[in-house]
Amino acid sequence: MHIFSVILSELPQFLKGILIAIKLAAGLLTFGFILGMTMAMLEVFGNKIISKITSFIRKLLWGIPQIILLLLVFYLPFDMNPMIAAIIALGLCSSAFQSQIFRGAILSIDPGQIEAAKAMGLKSWKILLYIILPQIMILSVGPWTNEFSSEIKDTSLAYVVGLIEIMRQARYIITYTYGNSLAIFFFAGLIYFVLTKIGNTIFFKIEDLLWVPGFEKRRE
Amino acid sequence: MKDFIVFAWKILPSLLKGTILTIELSIVCISIGILFGIILGIARVYGNKPVYWIVTVYVEILRGFPCMVLLFIIYYGLGDIGILLNPVLAAGLALGINTSVYQAEYFRGAILAVKPGQMVAAKSMGLSKWKAIRYVIFPQAIRLVLPSSSNEIIYMVKYSSIAFIVGVQDLMARANIEGSFYFKYFEAYLIAALIYLVIIFSLTKILEILEKKASIPGLQLRQG
Amino acid sequence: MPITLQVENLKKSFGNLEVLKKVSFNLEKGKTMVVIGPSGSGKSTLLRCINQLTPPDSGSVVLDGIELTNNKTDLNEARSEIGFVFQNFNLITHLNVLGNVSFGPLRVKGKSKKDSNDIAMEELKKVGLEDKAFSYPAELSGGQQQRVSIARALALNPKLILFDEPTSALDPELIGEVLDVIIKLAKEGMTSLIVTHEMGFARSIADEAIFLENGIILEKGPPKDLFSNPKNKRTMDFLQKISQLYGEE
Repeated sequence: MHIFSVILSELPQFLKGILIAIKLAAGLLTFGFILGMTMAMLEVFGNKIISKITSFIRKLLWGIPQIILLLLVFYLPFDMNPMIAAIIALGLCSSAFQSQIFRGAILSIDPGQIEAAKAMGLKSWKILLYIILPQIMILSVGPWTNEFSSEIKDTSLAYVVGLIEIMRQARYIITYTYGNSLAIFFFAGLIYFVLTKIGNTIFFKIEDLLWVPGFEKRRE
Repeated sequence: MKDFIVFAWKILPSLLKGTILTIELSIVCISIGILFGIILGIARVYGNKPVYWIVTVYVEILRGFPCMVLLFIIYYGLGDIGILLNPVLAAGLALGINTSVYQAEYFRGAILAVKPGQMVAAKSMGLSKWKAIRYVIFPQAIRLVLPSSSNEIIYMVKYSSIAFIVGVQDLMARANIEGSFYFKYFEAYLIAALIYLVIIFSLTKILEILEKKASIPGLQLRQG
Repeated sequence: MPITLQVENLKKSFGNLEVLKKVSFNLEKGKTMVVIGPSGSGKSTLLRCINQLTPPDSGSVVLDGIELTNNKTDLNEARSEIGFVFQNFNLITHLNVLGNVSFGPLRVKGKSKKDSNDIAMEELKKVGLEDKAFSYPAELSGGQQQRVSIARALALNPKLILFDEPTSALDPELIGEVLDVIIKLAKEGMTSLIVTHEMGFARSIADEAIFLENGIILEKGPPKDLFSNPKNKRTMDFLQKISQLYGEE
């Protein structure tokens, strides 16, 4: 069928879009991770004022539609290349979600262990490094996998700032091959499906590797 | 700052017109989402093998599709093969289908979280399977699903903002128009963002109150 | 006998509730002191005030010459000389038994991984759990977890061990194995302060006993006096109530 040959011959173009999308996802997830972890720590361990401010910022970033933040960042009064704008904007939104995840993880750590560590004379930063952080990791992998999938799909939003990721690439392909939009966009959808499936598989493996008796098992 | 407020006041009426469409669109897609979500969820839990597999494949694949892809498929894709939908309908359908897949998962989880003893007790009282589902399982599942479902509802209101890409004259589209007319894109988007925040925070509060009102002591997702 | 622990005029209030009202006592090196009393009498608070997990409002705590209640004292340094055994074990969830017991020497005292593990294995042998070194806390029974937690305290080579109701969270059939370990430690000369409800155990192990009620030490003395011939009526009431509850031991 004609449409299959079109998709096949355009695979390299799709690939270009996929690479950009992956780059964007990596960038925004890393940014979101650093900011999110920081916010989670501040919100849980900070004093009342810091905690309240961080909580407010988190809720703000959580409530704003991603596409608006994307446009806001892009239309800031200085030159902004679409990739950077997307990493910042989507990264900010992701940090709100990741902060929730990490916060939840921290709050489910049994505080008794921290008391025991204090009673042994362990310094605060060491308690953070050797007791809290490892357990945050184990507890967060599951929900983080969901966030990962979400963000891969949200790279499609960068379409509106002109980034040539998967969706825009698909649009171009349709235009210059007079191709069938239905098939090509459906194929694009399948690309996201495959990417998220691969991601999930990897993270499920990581979750299994990190697991230790004493934590809940999320799947059979 | 002063100029910003003046500008905001100037374009507010236009933006609010768009907001009405945003709200309408949200209501449509959330309704579709919940309706189909419940149906798909029940199908996956209580359906026979073929039904289970068809629904599962459908849900699994569609979960991997970004909102925008569905939107383009329905508006541009169907348009290409002759089915021309107006943008609002296309957006409502696309968003609705997208959210229904997630709601389906949440309902499925909630139904499965109802203690198995409940079904056994219902059956031993002589209730038929469907009556048991309707009068015993469902009321409990609804309460268990509220947190996830509410979350998904909020997501949908946020995602409805992509509808302007296919030409829906919603809040975003209006912000675009005003932004380009006055060449103050940033300010226009900022005001739109603030309107969204107001909507979302109010909605969050309303859903929280609903959850509290519907809650039953002892009925929680996490047991003990 | 040198005095390891000196507690003087300890006071602690939580809001309007005065939990400790001027508590004073001394604990000699190598001796075991037992604290008994009704719930809410301030027993746990007393232990927590000693290692400053809950800083007292006033009063002083001196361990081997070092004043723990002094702001200038390096609290972490001092705490590493005190072992604390919690009612709920509080083992570190993501580490296996060896990891838990070697944690003190490794992360607090800065010893090498090999030395820490060697120390840990020795202490595990003492509590009879060397074959569980690579199991995780969640895989062990309550009694085993508590014994690991005792080994963990021992690994720090402490001058004093505080036991906060070590068997209260255990199923009855598991209590014995933990008490046996504590008795063995006491015989070997470990300076211990034990809060407990186990009267038979308290009577047999204590060099000295304290009856705490409503934040005051109502009676203090060697077990054969306090348990058999209490001077205070309240002490007698409490002991009778306990013996009714648990049956005479």
